[in-house]
Amino acid sequence: MSHKGGHGKIQTTLARARGHGSAHHGVESWIRLRVTAVGNAVLGLWFIWFVKKSVGLDHAAFTELLAQPCNAVAMILLIVSVFYHATLGCREIVEDYVHCECMKITKLLGTYLFFFAAAVACIFSVLKIAL
Amino acid sequence: MAQFTLPQNSKVKKGDRYDVANGAANARTFKVYRWDPDTEDNPRLDEYKVDLGKCGPMVLDALIHIKNDVDSTLTFRRSCREGICGSCAMNIDGTNTLACTKDIADCKGDVKITPLPHMPVVKDLVPDLTHVYAQYETIEPWMKADSPAPERERLQSPEDANLLNGDDGHGPAGCILCFCCSTSCPSYWWNGDRFLGPAILLQAYRWIADTRDEATGERLDALEDPFRLYRCHTIMNCTNTCPKGLNPAKAIAEIKKMMVTRR
Repeated sequence: MSHKGGHGKIQTTLARARGHGSAHHGVESWIRLRVTAVGNAVLGLWFIWFVKKSVGLDHAAFTELLAQPCNAVAMILLIVSVFYHATLGCREIVEDYVHCECMKITKLLGTYLFFFAAAVACIFSVLKIAL
Repeated sequence: MAQFTLPQNSKVKKGDRYDVANGAANARTFKVYRWDPDTEDNPRLDEYKVDLGKCGPMVLDALIHIKNDVDSTLTFRRSCREGICGSCAMNIDGTNTLACTKDIADCKGDVKITPLPHMPVVKDLVPDLTHVYAQYETIEPWMKADSPAPERERLQSPEDANLLNGDDGHGPAGCILCFCCSTSCPSYWWNGDRFLGPAILLQAYRWIADTRDEATGERLDALEDPFRLYRCHTIMNCTNTCPKGLNPAKAIAEIKKMMVTRR
């Protein structure tokens, strides 16, 4: 049985279902999404402690607190984990809902660049205070 | 982008009303989706008020009564009328289920009946399952073994058989391919062209879990894809709606676990 597929192609139903075959990947980003979720949960606890500790501090005291090696390292780890998780999550959303290939590639590129730039800016800020 | 509104010609309008209850005390109204491909008309919801004393207790009994005695143009699939064939899968009272095992008494108020969601409609309550059957074919649902065939049956231990049948009889081999699960899955609605959906992934797991099969790696290779497998976001509608009480979400989770452990 054949019928007219997308883009004017006449394909059998099996050819349409098989498409371009398996991409043989996907498990890596599935693992990374879960590892960063655990990272976010653990570092999120530290972040709650850090915010509570920062309440009422003036600028000098706050920067001194953030500049402590443990806090600066934890903040950088949190930034990496959150932004990487957000990048992977947004990619899932784009892949779920955007079906035009041109639009999909544009949105994915924009997502990657935005989160990469945001993460670099955040890490630079922490380093500027800490070093 | 995903289409969140129906095209103009898909909007369901109010249809005809048939009252054949003749004032019976035990009467119920069935609101049934109707669409005829031979006309230019939009789909409509026809209302049939029937005397429940004149049909059996299940929704399929009422549909058969309507078709036989009220409106012979009503079209739907049915065969075994006992939850084995999966033909009469449809959306009843807001949930995908089998009309033959859905008790009318379990429905509140008027009983709304529509085809399985987000599938092309052939006519009335009959969805076009061509693509989902083709997807079933892609997972090669048959035993693959390179070892020479034994002279007797291929043996399984009771524990091995339980992987297919389940300790409680609700294992993946219990799937009747009614597609209630796939058509309740939002990921399948948006990406059904590439995502295999819970029904097909449950079937894929049925062969992966089969200890007599020798193509586990090959089967996992074919599934390892961001769309075929990983569009599943564990929404769980599939498990919630399965009329046989199976757990496609767990089967998908088992496949994902195998993808990790084989690395």
